[in-house]
Formats: sequence, structure tokens, C-alpha cells
Amino acid sequence: MLSQESLARIDVEVAKYPPEQKQSAVMGALRIAQEEKGWLANETIDFVARYLDMAPIAAFEVASFYNMYDIEPVGKHKITVCTNLPCALSGGVHAAEYIKQKLGIDFNETTADGKFTLKEGECMGACGDAPVLLVNNHRMCSWMTPEKIDQMLADLDK
Amino acid sequence: MLEIEIDGKVIQVNDGSTVMDAATQAGSYVPHFCYHKKLSIAANCRMCLVQVEKAPKPLPACATPVTNGMKVWTHSEAAVKAQKGVMEFLLINHPLDCPICDQGGECQLQDLAVGYGDSSSRYQEEKRVVLNKNLGSLVATDMTRCINCTRCVRFTQEIAGEMELGQAFRGEHAEIMPFVEKTVDSELSGNIIDLCPVGALTSKPFRFSARTWEMSRRKSVSPHDSLGSNLIVQVKHDTVKRVLPLENEAINECWLSDKDRFAYEALGSDERLTKPMIRQGGEWQEVDWQTALEFVANGLKSTVREQGAQSVGALLSPHATLEELHLAQKLMRGLGSENIDSRLRQADFSGDASRSGAPWLGMPIAEVASLNRLLVVGSFLRKDHPLLAQRVRQAAKRGLRVSYVGPNAEDWLLPVRNRALVAPGKMLAELAGVVKALSLAVSKPVSGAIADYVAAVAISPAAQAIADDLAAGSSAAVWLGNLAAQHPQAASLQQLAQEIARLVDGRVGIIGEAANSVGAHVVGAVPGAGGRNVADMLDKPLAAYLVLGAEAEFDFADAVKTRTAFEQAGLVVSLGAFRSVAALDYADAMLPIAPFTETAGTFVNCEGRVQSFYGVVKPLGETRPGWKVLRVLGNLLGLDGFDFAKADEVCVEALGGSPEFVSERLGGLVDVPLSSQPAAEGKGFERVADIPLYFADPLVRRAPSLQKTKDAAAPLARMNAATAAASGVADGQLVRLRSAAGVVSLTARVDEAVADGCVRVAGAHQSTAGLGPLSGVISVEGL
Amino acid sequence: MSTHELIFAGLDGDRTWRLEDYVARGGYSALKKIINEKISPEDVIAEVKKSGLRGRGGAGFPTGLKWSFMPRAFPGAKYLACNSDEGEPGTFKDRDILRYNPHSVIEGMTIAAYAMGCERGYNYIHGEIFDVYQRFEEALAEARAAGFLGQNILGTDFGFELFAHHGYGAYICGEETALLESIEGKKGQPRFKPPFPASYGIYGKPTTINNTETFASVPFIINDGGEHFLNLGKPNNGGTKIFSVSGHVGRPGNYEVRLGTPFSELLALAGGVRGGRRLKAVIPGGSSAPVLPADIMMDCTMDYDSISKAGSMLGSGAVIVMDESTCMVKALERLSYFYFEESCGQCTPCREGTGWLYRVVHRIEHGKGRPEDLDLLNSVTANIMGRTICALGDAASMPVQSFVKHFGSEFEYHIEHKQCLVPADVQNEGSKIYVGPTC
Ligand SMILES: Cc1cc2nc3c(=O)[nH]c(=O)nc-3n(C[C@H](O)[C@H](O)[C@H](O)COP(=O)(O)O)c2cc1C
Ligand code: SF4
Ligand code: FES
Repeated sequence: MLSQESLARIDVEVAKYPPEQKQSAVMGALRIAQEEKGWLANETIDFVARYLDMAPIAAFEVASFYNMYDIEPVGKHKITVCTNLPCALSGGVHAAEYIKQKLGIDFNETTADGKFTLKEGECMGACGDAPVLLVNNHRMCSWMTPEKIDQMLADLDK
Repeated sequence: MLEIEIDGKVIQVNDGSTVMDAATQAGSYVPHFCYHKKLSIAANCRMCLVQVEKAPKPLPACATPVTNGMKVWTHSEAAVKAQKGVMEFLLINHPLDCPICDQGGECQLQDLAVGYGDSSSRYQEEKRVVLNKNLGSLVATDMTRCINCTRCVRFTQEIAGEMELGQAFRGEHAEIMPFVEKTVDSELSGNIIDLCPVGALTSKPFRFSARTWEMSRRKSVSPHDSLGSNLIVQVKHDTVKRVLPLENEAINECWLSDKDRFAYEALGSDERLTKPMIRQGGEWQEVDWQTALEFVANGLKSTVREQGAQSVGALLSPHATLEELHLAQKLMRGLGSENIDSRLRQADFSGDASRSGAPWLGMPIAEVASLNRLLVVGSFLRKDHPLLAQRVRQAAKRGLRVSYVGPNAEDWLLPVRNRALVAPGKMLAELAGVVKALSLAVSKPVSGAIADYVAAVAISPAAQAIADDLAAGSSAAVWLGNLAAQHPQAASLQQLAQEIARLVDGRVGIIGEAANSVGAHVVGAVPGAGGRNVADMLDKPLAAYLVLGAEAEFDFADAVKTRTAFEQAGLVVSLGAFRSVAALDYADAMLPIAPFTETAGTFVNCEGRVQSFYGVVKPLGETRPGWKVLRVLGNLLGLDGFDFAKADEVCVEALGGSPEFVSERLGGLVDVPLSSQPAAEGKGFERVADIPLYFADPLVRRAPSLQKTKDAAAPLARMNAATAAASGVADGQLVRLRSAAGVVSLTARVDEAVADGCVRVAGAHQSTAGLGPLSGVISVEGL
Repeated sequence: MSTHELIFAGLDGDRTWRLEDYVARGGYSALKKIINEKISPEDVIAEVKKSGLRGRGGAGFPTGLKWSFMPRAFPGAKYLACNSDEGEPGTFKDRDILRYNPHSVIEGMTIAAYAMGCERGYNYIHGEIFDVYQRFEEALAEARAAGFLGQNILGTDFGFELFAHHGYGAYICGEETALLESIEGKKGQPRFKPPFPASYGIYGKPTTINNTETFASVPFIINDGGEHFLNLGKPNNGGTKIFSVSGHVGRPGNYEVRLGTPFSELLALAGGVRGGRRLKAVIPGGSSAPVLPADIMMDCTMDYDSISKAGSMLGSGAVIVMDESTCMVKALERLSYFYFEESCGQCTPCREGTGWLYRVVHRIEHGKGRPEDLDLLNSVTANIMGRTICALGDAASMPVQSFVKHFGSEFEYHIEHKQCLVPADVQNEGSKIYVGPTC
């Protein structure tokens, strides 16, 4: 279900917690599973739950509670733009509008070629860098002017 | 003790009490939804906010610990203001269409909204809609009504032992759901219907069939497992519409198993026998009671006259009432026969000679909570006795350590610390190993009679671990489950269980299969001196059988042998609520007798508690209460002492008119030489037979919604990977199983919860009846 | 007008987060001091008490006092947790501490573990700053290798195991008991208190939780003494504080200054109000702190007591600056949406109330307001506040109450005229992409 490499990475997470508390590693494990699979299908969540000896619904609770898990398929690249107030005051909304218009999609939509999904994000703890956006959950991009957005999209498109 | 003043009343409460506990004690009602006395505290609904002196804000009564000298107002202006505020929030997204809601009339939200809600809503936005979920055949959903109190989630986690429901997503999008596309399969699932304070979870079989105020509520007792759960049966127009728990802390607490709750559906089954029937010249005909009873009386009389009293016998279901069992044994004895038995699935009767008193649990049910060690021998505990397993589960959370010896290791959803997973044929030696290790651990010699046997066995690591664990406890019990009672060496197993209990100063008990297993013993529904037990009666067929409440192919230790014996008999009189298909072949008379809802009766449960009940509806068609039928039959046979006007009189006679009658007769210990007879002989694998909970008695077998659950799935041939490999079959493959008695075909399932060298094949099912005995050797062959 | 840097001092170059650099800046000297001078756990706690350090995560609870709540004689495991789940809109200081000076947090936590007898700790790091989480993992590895973490720290029998746990997108996990649940592998739904974490924390064991900045301050207290730290700020408001300044300023960013620094100085440090426009309002302590109008704010000094006296909270030290181009209804709509989205969904008033608040503000912003709406907002917030399991209910309500209180006329204008007082083009100009000189 998951690659040996992912399982090894999950084991590293498990080792951070006392042996009888494997469930603590579920956030890390779901993240690793998502990195491998692109999104979290039910079978993937089920697999992770069993791997950690927890009820599948308990793992689903976690996967559906935290925003960065995708329990629906997403495009190859997920772009999450912060539009919260501090960012909005420095162009967060304008940056999001620019991307929408560039990609021809709205929030929570994926481009027809399956390359990009756009999401509206909440505060990322980087308000001083507004406009900020997150690429594929793990790469934060700061001070995103239209030029930088163009460059980013071009790089991702390669 | 702490002192607290609630609404002006000063009371003392135990340390660790919450304000809610104190309010209950003081008689102040605090409105609430998420709080439930048997569940962990969530404090999420916020309905129970009360005013506490010096607290800057209202506090939830359910979660706030009492401190000494605390002053609380549950209905002050500030408290009510907070409660009303919460009520408004609860209602903004809740449909306000009580008239079309199945919960209408018994809804906590509706009740409280009357007192705390405003007539018009200030919420003008669109209401939330939540998709319904398929939870299976028993529980219906209307999730838009859910108030997210999480009682159902906590129930599955904490009481049922497996988290089958969760609260997924977050904030306003939070939804109660099972894991995607899963159903709720717990054998206790129906309790979430009772727990749901609104109409989000309701009974699927009952749905929209009546309003609560249209139904009368009558007390009854569950006729299924040996617990005797207390019931409220709800009736409309003389039909049972629904069954709910009647709270009894000593027995079922506030719960019911799904079997207790939903088996009532069988009462309206098409298979109900509604008229007496007799077979004459090979033809079945419906007759009136007079004709039928005369037919039966004449038949019995002429058999006794022609072939002697020893040629007739009675086979009585342990699910029958005390009154029925009493009159049936009295009738048989009146005819001069001691051939009476109610232990229909039992195989070993070698303990009978030494046994005195009725085998019972050996302790009150509620005392499970105070045990710290429990050894279970041969049981499918969770499915055989769902609520007893639930008690063990709760006790295990508080430190009870459970061990097990037997051929099965399916998940009981409670920690089993040590488990000796051995084939039935090795259970005796394994248990002897426990005795041996225990004797060393506690430095007490093994009793003389079994010392030699015990000395010769080796102590397995599992037996050693079980013994060490038992030796370290201070309050232990050893229970023999249904599988142990049905075991071909049952008496020997019991002998060793008794020895283990003796070595640890613990208690020993037999859980008991049926609602009246104990009662049947107490009233003598077992063979007397010179009488034949059930196995004997079937091995060497009798000329006439009186069969009460039992079906040849499902309720006996050996379906094939039973069937053959009945077919050979000159007269088989079958008394029961249903028209069994097989009985059409083997019976000569079928008399419709009332199920528990249509007759007065009494059950004695596994702890020896006598519980009487009355009929809650009129008998269906020409059905008659069993005790009345047997009374008339006694009279027609010209026997003395059959003049009863009421069921109570039968009960008084059966129980000797003394309150101590039952308790004086509890016992059931045996004193036997340990069996030298192997449990299974021949080449092949040992059969391990469970009696699945929804096949176990004639009622559940015919309850349609229960029959749609996972637990009612057709039996499989379960074996571990090694056994499967040895027999050359793969998981999912169709296999032929052959015993000395016959052949059946089933699908194989690889299941590591079955001991090596065994095949688990359920009993009490059409598809497996052809295998004959519940134990013994079978061969497996892939098809 | 100047910063006063402790945590941010000397952070030049791109290797400041390395152990080597940290040690060169004097890092781990506080831990060594404790070990070498055999300072007792009690004395460490006493020093922290003396410093007047108050929690930097939002509530401003005295840190030394919190540490003294840990049951000293408890047998078995005790835990320590660092709250780096910075997600309160406007706050972005912990990210910089972890990015540029992670060892200060590790050292602070190790000292705290020593003082409270904790054998294990977790640093809970906000999901969206995943690169920071990875860097922290590297820093942990460095510290372990150098004997500052793990068993037998600096050759003694004192041991402390520290791990990083990442969030994955849930603001509520910044609430300390939601954070504990999340560490246990559950969804982040706050626990009812009591019991408090000091008696029932991670896995039911005694646990102390502090903010990243709180821990990062500890080494300085040990090195220079509590007294010295206290005197950097004001009585009851000891030390320096990092303020995250965002919004309509010339140089958005983090500024570490002494507590008690006048707001005007901080504003000037951050480049003043952008584009020469007039200051309209400031949220002085993260999005859940009540908003204050410009004139009140300009009279404040930046410390817990002064801001509290002015009717708001210093909170996490996130200063959101809004100039005259801001539509206050739209600003509130965005904040209300945030709390609505981030409510954990467990308790009734917050789950149901945050959605109600957002929908009403949304309606007003979109020209569908009703005259009774302002009373309704006040009443709904009153029904939420103080009645929820955790403080998110209050956090969602305070912005609504304060916006309505201070800028009520703007809301009324919206309701009456179905449009904003501030012309659309002005709003647009004020909210366009701005990249200041700091980047
Ligand atoms: C909704 C909510 C969000 C919070 N978010 C954070 C946060 O992101 N970071 C933080 O340190 N504290 C946060 N807190 C405060 C913590 O609950 C806690 O008070 C703090 O971590 C304690 O550390 P301190 O005493 O060092 O400030 C939050 C509280 C609430 C109610
Ligand atoms: S106030 Fe909101 S976030 Fe806090 S526990 Fe209640 S529902 Fe969850
Ligand atoms: S009953 Fe107390 S909060 Fe629900």
C-alpha cells in the first residue's frame, strides 16, 4: 500500500513517542502517505490506521480535521494563498485574484489539465511576508508580486 | 465528603463528585444533552451551565468538580440566561419539524426547547443540511438533526469497545459518521438509539410505525442469553412495536444487546404457528385445541401403555419459562418417566452423578466490577453474552486482568492478557497445566483425585503465564463458557476449573447458555434417578418425544442424530411458537405456544435471580401460553396436581413457595475422575462450533433486521493459515467438510483466531446442520 | 527609537541557526552554568519568577508561577511542550525564532525540563511552516550530537528527550489542550479544564506548555539574572518582547523591543503608516484582541498592563495596523470568517455561534444588513463569551464586539446605504500588493 521508503519514514515518526502511543504518529504518517500518493484516499487512511493500530474512523477524524490533508484528489500542484486580514491589507487578495485569472480557476478548483489546484488558506504565520502562499503544503513563498507569481507558475509547469 | 449548597439545599457529596452528581443527589434537574452517567464527560453541549458563587462565568455542571463549601444555583437568572443562550444555538441549525420527526414526543431537545427556547428564531440564515449515513439494518439516521453531543461516538469507544463512529471534519462542518462506507456492526449498536437525545439516530425496524404516546409500556424480561436483561416492551393495538431497556443496575444497567432489542420482530413472522396441527395418515391438518390435545394425550397414553414409561421423554428448551419447564417435567414424571432434559447442546453428562444443585455463574453479575482476575474457559464471550462481556470490558479498564483457555481468539474488544489458544482436545491438558503451575505458584498441593493426572502434564508457557497472573491477584473467578459446557469433556474441564478456583480462593461458575439454564435445573428439567439424558435419549431413540421450544436442526448438540431419532419415533409432539420446516417432516403434532410476550412466565438468570413477567400482548391466533397447554394435557392424561388457575400458582409450586428455594439450589459443582476419553478421535481437524448470536434461539432466527447484520452472515469454515495449508485450501475457496455424520460445503476463511489443527464451523445453521455433532473430527477438502 | 535585541541579537548571515553559530553567540552557556554551578531546579524557577517573564503565547501568564505548578514528587513521566503553532493572524515571530535561532528554544526547553523534572518534550510546530519544522529537526540532531539533549546531558545524569511534532493546518491546536490532543494523534479539540495540564497533560501525565518565545527568553534570564531581565521592561512586564507588525506599515516585520516601549516608537520602527495615509485602527495583540482606534492606540505603551488598560490585550504581540483606506466591515468579515472556519466544532456556542456571526457580518458587508443586526451581533457574542470549552469562543467574539463598539457608525452606514463609507478605489489602493523595503 505504501512504499518501503514511506514506511521507514513513518517508523521514524513512531519512534518519537512512547511505544504504547503509536497513534501519536498519525499526523506524520498521514503527511508521509499524502506525499507519496498525492492525496489521502480512504484506502490510504485505512492503511495508515491499521499500521498504527488505531480505529480507521479515528484516522479519518484527523485527516478531515486538519486543512493540509487532502481527502479529495488535487492537482499536481496545490497552491494555497493566505487571504486573512494581515495579508489582505498587503495584497493577499489581489495576489489570489491574479492567480485565479492566470489559471482560469476559482478557489477549490483544479485546472483542466490537472496541474494546479487553488485553495484559500488561513493565517500561515508569515503575515510580515504578505502576500504569502504555500506550494504543495511545504514550500512557502513570500512577497508574491505578479512577476514572482508568473515565475513560480512557470517553474512548476516545467 | 464535601459540602455543597445547591439551590439553597446543603448536602454532602463524595470526593470527586461533579456539580451534576451533586445536583442529582439534591434533586435539582440540570438540563443537559452530552452528559450521560455511563459515558466519559465531554462537556460539549454546554446546556448544563449553572451559576457558581465567585465564578466569573457560568460553569458546566457535568464537568465542574465540587469543591468544599461551593454554592451553586441551577435555575438562577444567570444560569437560565446561559442555558437559554445555548438552547438558541442548538436550535438555529436544527429542523423545527417535530411533527414529522420519529423522535417527536420523546426528544430531549424538544422537551427542553419548550422550557428554554424562544418561540421565534432570531436566526434568519439558511440552515445546515447533513447527509444521512448508512449504519446498517438496525439504526436509521437523520443527521441534519444531530446536535454533535458525541454520546454515540463515546458509546462505541467506551462501552461497545470499538470506535465505529467518529466526529469528522470540524467546526460547523463537523459530522458524526462511521468510517466511509462502513456500518456500525457492534452487537450493542441499538443503544446509540437510546443515547441520541434527538431524532438523528432512530430504530430502523421501528421507524415511523408508532408515536411514543400511542404505545403502552410494559415490563418484561429478555428470553435470550443467561443475563435476563430487563425490558420495556412498547405495545400498540396488541402488537409489540418496540423493545427498550428497563434500567437495572444489577443486570443490564441501562443497556440492551441488539438481540434483546430487535428479536421482537420475529413475533410477527410469517412462520408463526397460529393453530394446533396434527398429522394423521401422513397428512397435516389444522385442528382445534381439544382435538389436538386429545390426540397428544392419547398418543402418549398408548405409548406408555404399549412400550412402557421409559419409552417416552421430554426435550425442553432452556429458553422456556420456569412454569413451562416445571409442568413439562411434572407431566413426564407423572407418566412415570425420568427421561427429561433441557441441556440440549450439551455432550458430556459424566458430571451428573456427582452434581448437586444448578450450575450458575458462582457470583452476582454486578460483582464482576470487583474482580481483579478472570479466567474464561471455552467461550465466545462477546457474542454469547454481549452485556456480560461489556461488564468485563469496563472492569478491565479498572484493572481486571482477563485470561483465556480455548480454541478461539476472536477479538472481544477488551484486553486478554494471557491466552492459551489450543484445540478442544488439548483444553483439558492445558487447564491441567494451569493447575500444576498454580499449585507451585501458591504453594498448595493439587487435590488428591486429580493429582496424578496433573502430575503427568507439561506446563505450557501460556499456562504458566495464566497461573502466574492468577496467583498475583486477590479476587479471582473462573468462568466456563458455552463452548466449555458443550465440550465432550465438559465435566472434566469443570473439575479443573473448580481446582483453579480453590487454589486461588476464587469463585467458579458456568455462564449458562440460555435465559433459563439455571431455572431448568432448579425445577428439575434434568433427568432424575434412572432417567436418560438428552444424548442418551437420542442415541437410542425413544418411542415418543415431547419437544418444547426447540428445533431439531438448530438447538441440539447433534442435528443429524436428533433428526434421525425424531424420524424414527412413533410420536413427536412439538410445542413452539413457530412452524419449523423440519418439524413438518418429523413431528406428529405441533402446538402453538406463546412466546415470552404473550404469556406470563419466570426466568432464573445466571446469577440465580428469579424474574417473573406478564404477557404484554394477547397470544397470536390460537396460540396459548405453554403452562396452560401443559396444564390441560396433564388433566387429559389423568395426572394429579395440574389444577392451576394462574401462572403465579405454577411458579409458587415450582419454587417451593420459598424465597430461598433458588439460592439453596445453586451449586452445580462436580466431582469426576478426569476424562481419559479423547475429545476427538480420528484423522482430520477438530471442529470448533460457535453458536452465532442471531441463530441461537427460535426467535432471533426469525428476526429480519438482525438477519441482515454482519453477525448473521452465513457460516464459514475458519482455520488458521497453517491448517489451511495443511488441508491445501486457500482463503475464499469453497471446501467440502466431512464428519462421521455427513458432508457440507462452505467457503473457507483463513483466520488466525482459530487454534492450530481446528476448523471453526458455526452450529445452529441450516448450512452446517448436516455435520452432526458440534465437536469431533472433520476433514477438509478443497473443491 | 531603537530595538533591544536578546533573542534576535547577532542574527546576521545565513548560518545563524547552526549550533556552531549559536555557541559562538554565547549559546548553551546558561545550561552549562546550571550544570557547572549545580544550580537547583528550585533556584531556576525562582530566577524565572524574579524575571517577571510572562507567557508570550497570548495569555501573558507568569512563567515562573506556571512552572511551580508542576507536581515535584510525581512518580513517572512528566512532559514539556513548546507551543510553536503560531497561527493567530498577525503573529509571525515564532517562525523567525525557529528559523534563525532554534537552539535558543532547545536550550530554554532543556533548562525548563531540568527545572520541572520533565523527561520528554515536544515542540509543536505550525503545519504551514514546514521548512521550519525540518530545520528544527536538524537543530535537534545537532544538539543531541553535542550532548545538549538526550541522556546524560553534559555528562550528568540529567536526561531530556526532545522531539518535533508538526501540525497540519488547524489554528485551534495553538490552544494548549488542543495541542496536547494533537500530540496524542487526535483531532485538536480542546479539553475542558480542570484538570489542568500540570496534573493531566500529554497521555494524562503532568505537562507544562509554553510558547516558543517564552522558552527562548529563558537562557537570557539564567545568564544575566532575573533582575536584569525584569529591568529591561517594566515591573510585572519583564524583558523584551518581539512584536510582529503587519498591515499598513512601511516595513512589516518583527521588532524586538523592551516591554513598555511607546506604540508610536514601534510604529516608527516599522516604517510608519504606509504611503503617508492616516492611521485608523490597530489590533495590538493578534486578531483576537479587541481593535483600538488610532487615538487610543497612540497613547499606549507596548506592555501587558497599558494595552489592557486601553481595553485590549497584548496577546501574542501581533500588531495589525490599518490605515484610513480600510473598510472596517470587510476587515471584520475576514476575521469572523477565520474563526468560523477554525472553530473545532466541539462545543455548541462556538460551533453554531461563529457561523452565525460570520453570516451576519457577511450580509452587512454585502449590502443586506438589517437595522437590528448590530444588537444581534452584540447579543450573540454575549451568548458565546465565557460559555465555551476554550477561549476560541471569546477570541471570535472580541473582534466583533470591539469593531461594533469603536466603528459602529461605519457598520450603520453599511446597513443604511448598502455600501461602504470608504470609496472602493481607496480601499483597493490600500489593499494592493505591497512589498516593503525589508524583503
Ligand atoms: C484559540 C487559541 C489559540 C492559541 N494559539 C496560540 C499559539 O498559536 N501559540 C501560542 O503560543 N499560544 C497560543 N494560545 C495560547 C495557549 O493556549 C497557551 O496559553 C500558551 O501556549 C501558553 O504559553 P505561554 O504561557 O508561554 O504564553 C492560543 C490560545 C487559544 C485559546
Ligand atoms: S470554543 Fe470553539 S474551538 Fe474551543 S472547544 Fe469550543 S468549539 Fe472548540
Ligand atoms: S451536559 Fe454538560 S456540557 Fe453537555
